[in-house]
Amino acid sequence: MRSVFALMSRNRKLFFKDKGMLFSAMITPVILIVLYATFLAKIYRDSFLSAIPKMIEISDKLIDGAVACQLAASLLSVSCVTVTFCVNLTMVQDRANGTRKDFNISPISKSKIYLSYFLSTVLNSMMVNGIALLLCLGYVYKMGWYMNAADIVFIVWDEILLVLFGSTLSSIIIYPLTTQGQLSAVGTIVSAGYGFICGAYMPISNFGSGLRKILSYFPSTYGTSLVKNHMLGGIYREMARKDLPDQVIDAFKEALDCRLKFHGNVVYVNEMIFIMVGSIAVLGLVYFLLIRLTEKAQ
Amino acid sequence: MGDILDIIAIRHLNKSFGDVKAVNDLSFQVKKGELFAFLGVNGAGKSTTIAMICGQLRKDSGSVKVNGIETDQQNAQIKRMLGVVFQDSVLDKPLTVKENLKSRAALYGVTGKAFEKRLGELVELLGFGDYLNRPTGKLSGGQRRRIDIARALLHRPKILILDEPTTGLDPQTRLVIWEVIEKLRKTEGMTVFLTTHYMEEAANVDNIVILDKGRLVVEGSPLELKNQYVQDTIFLYGVSEEEVKKLNRKYKEIQGGFQLKVKNTEEATKLIITHPDIFRDYEVVKGGMDDVFLAVTGRDLGGDH
Repeated sequence: MRSVFALMSRNRKLFFKDKGMLFSAMITPVILIVLYATFLAKIYRDSFLSAIPKMIEISDKLIDGAVACQLAASLLSVSCVTVTFCVNLTMVQDRANGTRKDFNISPISKSKIYLSYFLSTVLNSMMVNGIALLLCLGYVYKMGWYMNAADIVFIVWDEILLVLFGSTLSSIIIYPLTTQGQLSAVGTIVSAGYGFICGAYMPISNFGSGLRKILSYFPSTYGTSLVKNHMLGGIYREMARKDLPDQVIDAFKEALDCRLKFHGNVVYVNEMIFIMVGSIAVLGLVYFLLIRLTEKAQ
Repeated sequence: MGDILDIIAIRHLNKSFGDVKAVNDLSFQVKKGELFAFLGVNGAGKSTTIAMICGQLRKDSGSVKVNGIETDQQNAQIKRMLGVVFQDSVLDKPLTVKENLKSRAALYGVTGKAFEKRLGELVELLGFGDYLNRPTGKLSGGQRRRIDIARALLHRPKILILDEPTTGLDPQTRLVIWEVIEKLRKTEGMTVFLTTHYMEEAANVDNIVILDKGRLVVEGSPLELKNQYVQDTIFLYGVSEEEVKKLNRKYKEIQGGFQLKVKNTEEATKLIITHPDIFRDYEVVKGGMDDVFLAVTGRDLGGDH
């Protein structure tokens, strides 16, 4: 395992020394912040206010906190996955610049080389997203804080699940790539597209029913919803404490993708966790088989 | 069957890529401690053969043995015996020299104090202590080459494979690299297997194999090859053309004299003894490795000779 740790350390140094990689890892979260700063925050604020019955008094702090949590949850859920794609690009760069030849002439097994790419992707992504989480919590604290310690523990847990999901998914997608051109293409597509399909840029509840149905088959939908549920949990508890009717709170949850349905049945948080764990296991197995079969064939 | 002294033994090796036969019934051997040159134009099959020796490529048929072990049987064991210097540096440019060497040493299980000790030895051998903490991307070509060689030597291999190690380097750095190679052979009894485009470098090796279109066209020591494939040249000075005509040889006028081709040095000696009155000022020059290569493949190697 010492060689795996040495390679992980090498991959970490390469990622954090490569400004381009770090920059591309940050593109999606930056897009999201720009979208919120320019118009999404206002839209959410207005829609919150319009959804609350007139006789119920809601403080600005609660509304601001809800918008901030929505931004933070979207940002974290999308960056947990897109950052893994950027970190995992070391695998392609090593192929493109010939470094893999150097690894291949050494006695280390290929499975250990791929394990080191995977583990460093997980760890480096956790570092970047850990910082992002701290910044997000700071922002939420400033705007309106309703979270408790359990919420934060669950959010960290959600981040771990999403990073593992992103790491296995990116490993499978990036594995066959060999050139810088392919690498850029995948990076651009993922950075631009993932935010939409996971419901980070715009809640899935705003999409048409056909698209909603398609997206309900994607594990990423439930990963994003998990973060939103735990991020906004304090807001919903506060709403209940303010005696907002359950129907109103449920309507909020649905509007913000916290209450997702699969074929008409509500998917609860525990089930979302199960879906994510299952997806990670399946994707991990696919990645393992991919390595075994292709490396054996060479 | 290969000799016990053969550290690399290749027998009837074949490898094709689609319709292209990259290596065609290739057989040769490299003896322990030998400085061995593997020559051929680009596409001759050198890199394919090296890839099969290193266990990077599967052979179609034949046998490749390193220290008596078939390469596709004990791959990891063979990899520990080989140190490879690639034509282009494959180190991580953003990382420092030490970081690069540390990560590569760990691939062979050389970590902690063992790594520090080996690093110290290599710094002394190759003289790169001054830029140990500099990113490899900021090193000159010669400095980077030293680090490439250090990387290949981290695990004390028995065989050092150098793929055009001095291409693009200035003469002084080439000299340093060759001094290191000589030192390694003498102090550690290392076998050196190299490909090069510089024919004057190939002239100093123990044995040569020349490949063409995947086939072995010739093998032997530089002297054997020169004796077999190229003529000697006599440069004769301070004589008139009438005197040269008396030798009954084809000649060519050059600046200040004449140039004659003879089959070998023995023939040149006979000629000189027979005509001492004409051979007052002369020199006999053996054909070079360039001429050998040209004679056996019908083409130029294409390097800076």
